[in-house]
Amino acid sequence: MSGFFATRRSAYASILAVAALLALTPLATSANTILNAMVLALLMALAGQGWNILGGYAGQISFGHAVFFGTGAYATTILQARFGLNAYAAFAGAIGLGAALGALIGFLSFRSGLRGSYFALVTLAFAEVFRIVANASAFTGGAAGTLLKLDVRPQNFQFASCATFFWVALALVTVVMIATRALERSRFGAYLVAIRENEDAARALGVDALKVKVQAITLSAAITAAAGAFYAQYFLFVDSNIAYGTWISIEALLVPIIGGLGTTFGPLVGALALQGLAEATKAVAGRIPGADVALYGALLVIAVAFAPTGLQGLTARLRRGLSLGRAS
Amino acid sequence: MFAPEIVIAAVINGLLTGAVYALVSVALTLVYGVLHIINFAHGAILTAAMFAAFFASQAGVDPLVALFGLAPLFFALGYATQRYVIGPASHGRDSNILLVTLGLSIVIENALLAAFGSDTRTIDTPYGFSTIDLGFIFLPMPRVIAFGVTCLVAALLWALLTRTDTGKAIRAVAKEKLGAALVGIDVTHIYAVTFGIGAACLAVAACVLLPSYYVQPRAGEAYTLVAFTVVVLGGMGSVPGAVIGGLFIGVVESLSGLYFGESLGQLGIFLIFILALLLRPTGLFGARG
Repeated sequence: MSGFFATRRSAYASILAVAALLALTPLATSANTILNAMVLALLMALAGQGWNILGGYAGQISFGHAVFFGTGAYATTILQARFGLNAYAAFAGAIGLGAALGALIGFLSFRSGLRGSYFALVTLAFAEVFRIVANASAFTGGAAGTLLKLDVRPQNFQFASCATFFWVALALVTVVMIATRALERSRFGAYLVAIRENEDAARALGVDALKVKVQAITLSAAITAAAGAFYAQYFLFVDSNIAYGTWISIEALLVPIIGGLGTTFGPLVGALALQGLAEATKAVAGRIPGADVALYGALLVIAVAFAPTGLQGLTARLRRGLSLGRAS
Repeated sequence: MFAPEIVIAAVINGLLTGAVYALVSVALTLVYGVLHIINFAHGAILTAAMFAAFFASQAGVDPLVALFGLAPLFFALGYATQRYVIGPASHGRDSNILLVTLGLSIVIENALLAAFGSDTRTIDTPYGFSTIDLGFIFLPMPRVIAFGVTCLVAALLWALLTRTDTGKAIRAVAKEKLGAALVGIDVTHIYAVTFGIGAACLAVAACVLLPSYYVQPRAGEAYTLVAFTVVVLGGMGSVPGAVIGGLFIGVVESLSGLYFGESLGQLGIFLIFILALLLRPTGLFGARG
């Protein structure tokens, strides 16, 4: 029994240790550019954490997580700007709407038996439909987008200091990491992995694959919608190309794949690495538009070529290599 | 409601647009059918080819002539990209292929942006603004040419796949990679050849597209999503399916633009796409997935 509690404690201790260490960042630097980059990294980590539940654990690769990110962003903005809701209530509403949309899209797609590339493409199409409609409809502000009124007060979820946003984002990411770790250790998590590894076998063993996958996409969508809602709250503006753009679908899948697919820390590691890479290439080649991003893309290809199982896989390989070297 | 002439005109216009969609989609479906990868770099390769055609035209070579040089050039580039970049870098894992083609598209698009800026460029051809009068509709010449060239390329591709040994090898690899390798087919080579053919098709598409379209570093992107739709509608990996699917999507876009208004024209495409996936995921023309 005591052994059980010991492993339990160590399983969560590493998450809290990493979070505590990261929480010190604003004390080490007061430079807004660095803090802003960190907020963006955490935002992408959060979006990627959502993607990772569905893509990493359940093995259902989505190309359209922008549909949840964008719905979260629009929902929090419109609930406040048009319906006068409190910012925190709107944030919760955005997560709820994102989850509901996830359940709907998941139910429709999984009930039709869409797997692999087909599922990926249907999510992409859903994101595009939402983008086109949001861009044309008056309710979402059309192509001009929707603004949130600037009124910097904590009760409005608007903070004067970048550091506060950083801590809020870090808290969200940490909560999701703890939830992910709990999921890993739960029966539900085992069902997800079983479906990822072999759906037919999982079904034969009595796993209700449709139900489990719909639950996974609902949770996944809720987390990514939270990232979108936080984005809107941070920038106080949303338009269709930001909210439902393909870039966000791509970043949401890039971050966990780079960091380590189906791992608790993967999205955070990937987001910090990619944001660092983006900042570094901007510093080296930022003067010519496009050159920094081209360099970023090239480094991405090289990273995949040399670390095919993600950064965490790379460290595991290095460690194995080192211990082998020591043994011989 | 609209007068029947307007509807017929919209359908014909849609077929002309659809021909270019078909050409772009044939390349995508071929690569998907054989390599089983979703090539994210597809749009970027198209853009690169459009830039190549643009500079050929600046140098005084008509795109329709440049086509004969650019198609082999892009075949070689595509072959090399698959053989020396995508293949080795992806270690055969699907998620890695995805990342590598994504990375490639980022590199190509932004290298073009760094080199040429984000201005949209157009070219002048002697036939750019000429039309064919059918009595109730004027057909723009460049798009009629695009339609003709697409039909020709589709026929050539069909002949290649069914009548030649390389075509047989490509189809064998698409069906059963391991079996093909066992009877002595060089799978790595066939992969690269297929990717090369895809890139060559894109070069042809770029050459017929340019006289009536514009080029800038993200010009190809609009075609990528449409091509995905067409490929799924036609049944993934099916070349005739992609041709018919492309024409069909062109008509759908044209008609939904007519009925819903220009800004929602592409909405019809994606709604049909979603419905098709949910109701008939093996494609409208494909018997199998």
